[in-house]
This record gives sequence, structure tokens and C-alpha cells, in this order.
Amino acid sequence: MDRRKSLQTLLLGGAAAGSGLVFNACKSENTEIIDQAITESSDKYFGRTPAELERLEKLQAEQLFNEHEMETIAALSVVILPPKEPHGGPIEAGVPDLVEFMGKDIPEMAPTLLGGLMWLDHKSNTEFGTEFKSATLEQKKQICDAICWHDTEIPLDEQPLEIQFFYMMRGLTVTGYYTSKVGIEDLGYKGNQPNVWDGVPQDVLDQHGVAYDPEWIAKCVDQSKRNVIAEWDDEGNLLT
Amino acid sequence: MQIKESSEVYDVIIVGSGAGGGMATKQLADAGLNVAVVEAGPFFDPADPKTMTQLKWPYDSPRRGAGTDRAFGEWDQSWGDWEVEGEPYTHEEGTDFKWWRARMLGGRTNHWGRISLRFGPKDFKGKSRDGLGDDWPIGYEDIKPYYDKLDKLIGVFGTKEGRENDPDGFFLPPPKPRLHELFYINGAKKTGIPVIPGRLSMLTKRINNERGVCFYCGQCGRSCQVYADFSAGSCLIFPAQKNGGKVKLFVNCMVREVTTNEEGKATGVSYINKEDRKEYKLKGKVVVLGASACSSARILLNSKSKQHPNGLGNSSDVVGRYLHDSTGASASGVIPGLLNRKTSYNEDGVGGMHVYSPWWGDNSKLDFPRGYHIEVWGGMGQPNYGFGFDPNGMNKFFGLKVGGYGDSLRDDVKKYYGSVIGFGGRGEAIAFRENRCEIDPTTVDKYGIPVLKFNYKHSQYEINQAKHMQDTFEELIHNMGGIPLSEKPGKDQNYGLLAPGQIIHEVGTTRMGDDPKTSVTNKYQQLHDCDNVFIVDAGPFVSQADKNCTWTIMALSWRASDYIIDQLKKQNI
Repeated sequence: MDRRKSLQTLLLGGAAAGSGLVFNACKSENTEIIDQAITESSDKYFGRTPAELERLEKLQAEQLFNEHEMETIAALSVVILPPKEPHGGPIEAGVPDLVEFMGKDIPEMAPTLLGGLMWLDHKSNTEFGTEFKSATLEQKKQICDAICWHDTEIPLDEQPLEIQFFYMMRGLTVTGYYTSKVGIEDLGYKGNQPNVWDGVPQDVLDQHGVAYDPEWIAKCVDQSKRNVIAEWDDEGNLLT
Repeated sequence: MQIKESSEVYDVIIVGSGAGGGMATKQLADAGLNVAVVEAGPFFDPADPKTMTQLKWPYDSPRRGAGTDRAFGEWDQSWGDWEVEGEPYTHEEGTDFKWWRARMLGGRTNHWGRISLRFGPKDFKGKSRDGLGDDWPIGYEDIKPYYDKLDKLIGVFGTKEGRENDPDGFFLPPPKPRLHELFYINGAKKTGIPVIPGRLSMLTKRINNERGVCFYCGQCGRSCQVYADFSAGSCLIFPAQKNGGKVKLFVNCMVREVTTNEEGKATGVSYINKEDRKEYKLKGKVVVLGASACSSARILLNSKSKQHPNGLGNSSDVVGRYLHDSTGASASGVIPGLLNRKTSYNEDGVGGMHVYSPWWGDNSKLDFPRGYHIEVWGGMGQPNYGFGFDPNGMNKFFGLKVGGYGDSLRDDVKKYYGSVIGFGGRGEAIAFRENRCEIDPTTVDKYGIPVLKFNYKHSQYEINQAKHMQDTFEELIHNMGGIPLSEKPGKDQNYGLLAPGQIIHEVGTTRMGDDPKTSVTNKYQQLHDCDNVFIVDAGPFVSQADKNCTWTIMALSWRASDYIIDQLKKQNI
């Protein structure tokens, strides 16, 4: 069963789903143009408006990094965050594509990224006589070791370009990993799915040394009755 | 180009489909009136899979949820933010105001925080209390029956607390606190700051068979596909249609002005259809403006005629004046007691705070006249673009090195996941005549309609209040054993007081009152100058409270709608 179907069954029950209200949008006559634009590209739409989709497609048609630069980004990203079983690493997480996209989506990032990649090869060629992507892991680490620490007391944009570049690439790598399917599994985030919240588990409360106040909890929702329609007395006391 | 005029005469034309316009649509259509709703944005239904962002994963997008196209992140369900393409606004030099507009059916109710607080008895009588601003021409007892009906119609969770200025209602039961909220409760207790369950309009329990029950994805900002949170489309306009109401939607239609006749009475509206860029006229017996406080003021000021030379409803020169937003300042801290959390469970909860602190202070002993409440955030939320960008930046608070690379970054991310608690203070600003929006005669939008120019400055009251917020936040973080993430903003930064407009609670531009010389509408939100025009957004607010405005917009819109029905029956308008 697909997720939408299961949601419908889970949450609405027969009455509402049967009425057709919730899942059949009321339509007004001025929406055909938008509907058409959406339908034509619904698989990649993820809720975009037509104007947003247009901009997205424009960005995706542009190319910021050449093949060599993309390979360098990939090579650096796996040094920053080495893959680890069972949840992979930056390549499985699509980090290079994210770097390419964000460099176009937020054009202010592009000069730092482009310049930093040039710096990496320059440094690697000078030190080791080879491009960064072809250097050994130890050589790559030597280069990274020199630029991976920044002075937290000085604004980043006042620090050398290579420091800014590494900070940005580390940020994009880690954020790219932890916003990917594999990274979210690695993190262990359990949300973004239908749930019935009924409080923090006891072992977690114990771990952090906190407890629920029974008086407070007594006022909270009884999840076994959440599908019973609410009724009140005249004073606002819930009866159901 | 000839303006195209429709022959149909509607009983009521409603401009705007958000909280105010939506409620008027529901009440007036339910009463059997023939209603036209004119909305500047396109049609939107939270249940439409094509526009839905709820339950999307960051990796569904190449930008992983970044806010490049939408200021609050790309899943936020607001089409339009501080900027709307082709629809500028300007500022008086040296002043600032940020104006959020959502161009879509339901307006800003599709993404709002759902914090649904009643104003209390004191909130309607500010001037009597401290001599500042003005009293409302109505009191809590006038609006209470509408708050009660609203609670039952829309649904709001909360608890009966018996607090003097935070009236109780007909509440659904609240969700249990999350882990960070338990830390907050304990921290606030040490300082004697009250904490009570949040009051938000999400259905923790079924209220009817048309709307679903909350399934705790924490994404109300994305608008709920089972209608378990309040949005004006899903909870007011669609039900009005389903109820058999005569509701004609004109979407992508941007109202230019209210049209009037020789007697100065409103005859309808003229609007630009954004799709063909042509001007049209709609005829109606009554015009209800619910376009938002500033948009409705703009429409009135642009509705100049021989009978209304200063703009419609503006013989008092009050339209656009007394603009005020909630004050806002924030702080956050990392809490050592929340490090190294188990991710064994889903704690998304509802899309907002399960607990909050209503105003507790005594302003007669403070150097600012009005209160604020504290909103709390934190927890193990969905990672999106930016998550882990500075994976061990917080190391500096623990004497550890910041930076590096390698496998240890995974440990850093997990160590700090869910360890930060943040606070937003949301307070009451004083309404001043000088703080205003007016028409900028030099600038039009891409539909040729003159735009607003803002002129708004904070007073020392708001600045002093922000200082108090920062002192409170510092103490709360300390009480929780935490470390502030950033340096406390000082006097040079107005104590972190946000620019007006940034809290998106702007009210007051067409304030109500008994005296036509000092107010725009009467206490039923009817223009003093034109008895068949009403305003149902936050424009008629005399003062913002230390509450959020939406619940009061809707209660007042319902009240105004009842008055319209009554006056139509009596043939007074």
C-alpha cells in the first residue's frame, strides 16, 4: 500500500474518506493552468509552485563544475566524512550533486568553492606533484590537516580562502550526508511519519534525570480516545 | 482598455481568504448569502498532492530543504514571504518594516504557528491600565461568546488554568511535553516563571468527521493534508462550500480598490486578474476586507473618489496609522543534560510548542508597560539543509577544538543532536499614531497599483522589554545548566529586538473606536464613513496583546459577520 493510501486509512477512518472531502480538492476554474504545469512534471515537483519549478529547471540545466572538479569534490568529501558500514558516506548521500546545486542556488558560494578547488590542486601539485584527487589518502590528509581548523574568535570571512573553502565543504558534506536517506538512518531520526505521540519513553527520562509531573500528565491527551468526537459541558470541561 | 464588469451582484464580496476573510466566508455563506471571495494568489488545498510538502524528505529536493526560494525553508507552505516578485513596498528613510505576504487561498494560515491565544480582559483596556495607546470600544465580555464558538468550530488544545488575563476556553487535551520541554519546565520553575501547556489549533482529538486527527509529524508549517491543523481553506472555506454555500472563488485576482457611487456607498471592487492582466469589476451589496491589516489599508487608501477624497474610510486620516507588530527577541543555549540523546523514538510531536510561558510580570514595577510570552523550541527534528553544517561548533563551549574532519564528525553530530533549546519572546508593542503605512505615490506594483510605504520605529518601551527578555533568557539557560550559543545582544543592538513586521503579527491600521475622528471603524468593524464596508483582518485592532492575533481576528470576524447578517436582515445596509 502506498503511503498516501495508508495514511488515508489510518487517520481518517471510513466517514471522512468516504465523504471524499479531504482528498478531493474543491476546484475553482482559475486553476487549470497551474494544474497543467504541475501534472506535466509531477514526479519531480515535491510541492513546488510553477515559478519555483521553472527556476529549479533553469539551475539544473546549468553546469558550475567540470568533470574534474566534480571528481575533486567527491574525493574531498570522502576524506571529510569517510564512508562507514552500514550507512555509506558522502557518495551514497549525493554530496557532490548537492555541492553543484547549492553553488548555483546560492551563487555567493560559487567563488569560494571554485577558488578552493583550484587551491587544492595547486597545493597538491606543489607538495606532491599530483592533483588532489589522485594523491594518496595520507597526502590528502596532510593538505586537509593544514586547513581544517579555523579560529572561532575571528569571523570566517576574514580568514584565508582555503580555510573558508574547507569550512564550506565540510558543512556541505556533513549536511548533505545527514539530509540523505543513508545519513538519516545513521543519525537514527525516527520522525516524518505518522505517529501517536504519547510522551518520552521511561528509559530516556531516566537517562536524563527528569520525570513527568503526574498532575500535568493527567491533563494531557488520552490517545486511546483521540478518535472520539470532543464534547464539552458549558464550563468547557471535556466530557469525552 | 475597457474595464470588464460582471452583471451579477453578490450579496457580499470578501477580499482575502485568510483567517479573517475565511471566517467571514464561512459565516456569511452559511447564512445563505451569495458570496464572492477575491484572493490575490492561486487556489491552494493542503490535501493536493501536487503542492503538498508535508512528509517530504530533505532528499526529495536537490537543495535539501534550503530556504533559497522560501524564507522559512522550502517546505514552508507560504507562497510569498518578505518579498513577493513584482509587488514591492518601500520605507521612509531610516525606518524598517518587514512585510510577509502569502499569495494563496488561505493566505498565511497555511503556514502559521497555530498558537491560538485569547486576549484577556486587561488586553482590551490598555489605556485605562497605564495611560498608553487607547482602550478598545469593546471588552472581553463582548468577544467571549465568539472565542467559545471558535474553539469548538476549529479546535484548539490547552488546559484550564484559571489565569486572570489568559482566559480558558473549550480545549482539546494537549500533547505531553517532549524532553527539552521538561528541561524548560524545570528551569523556569527555579525562577518562578509559570509554564503551562501550549494552546495551539491542532486536533489532538477528533472534533468532527470531516477533519482528521493529528498524526504528530511536527510539520504544521507545511499545512496538513488531513486537515488536522487550522488553515482557512481546509477549515472554513471548503466546509462553507460543502455545506451548500454560494461561494464563488476568484483566485489570482488582486483587488485594486473598492468602488463607490455618487452617495459614497460601496458598489463592489475592481481587481486585476493576474492571468490576463486585465482589470475587472465585481458588484456587491457589501464589501468585506480581509486582505491583511496592511493590504486592506492599502486598498482603502487607493480607493479615492469625489466622495472619499482622502481614500475610503479615511476622513479621520487614521487609515494606515497605529500600525504595530508583536515585539520579538530570541536566544538559545546548548544544554549539557541533553547531550548524547537516544534516538530510539519519534518525538516530532505537534508542529509547535507543547508548553509555553504566559506573561507573569507586574508592569507597574518594570520600565516597560506591557508583557510578553515565551515560546520554546528544541528537540530532535527532521534534518534539513544546514543541519550539521558546523558539526562540532559547540565544542568551543566545552573546551574542545572546533573543526577537523573524519569519522569523529559522525559522533559530534550525534552528541549534539537535540541538545539546543531556544526561546522566542513575543510581546506587546504600544500603538503610535506616527507608526504607519501610507501610499508611496512614486511606486506601483506590476499590476499598476500604488504600493505601501512604511514608516515605523520602535519606542524605548519595546527596547526595554527586549532587554528584559534577554535577561530572562539568560537566567533560564543558566537554570537549565546550559550555555548561551551567542553573546547577549546589548544596547547597541537594541537587545536583539527584531525589526517591526518580523513577528508577522502586524495589526492596527484601521483601528476601531466610537469616535469617527480618531478611528476608522466602529466596534462592529464597519467603516464610519461607509456603512457597507467592513474590515475583518487585524486592521481594526486597537492594540496587540502579548498574545498572537489570529484567534482574535477570527472571533472578531465572526462577530462582524453576525452584525452584517443582522444589518442586512434589518435592511440597514
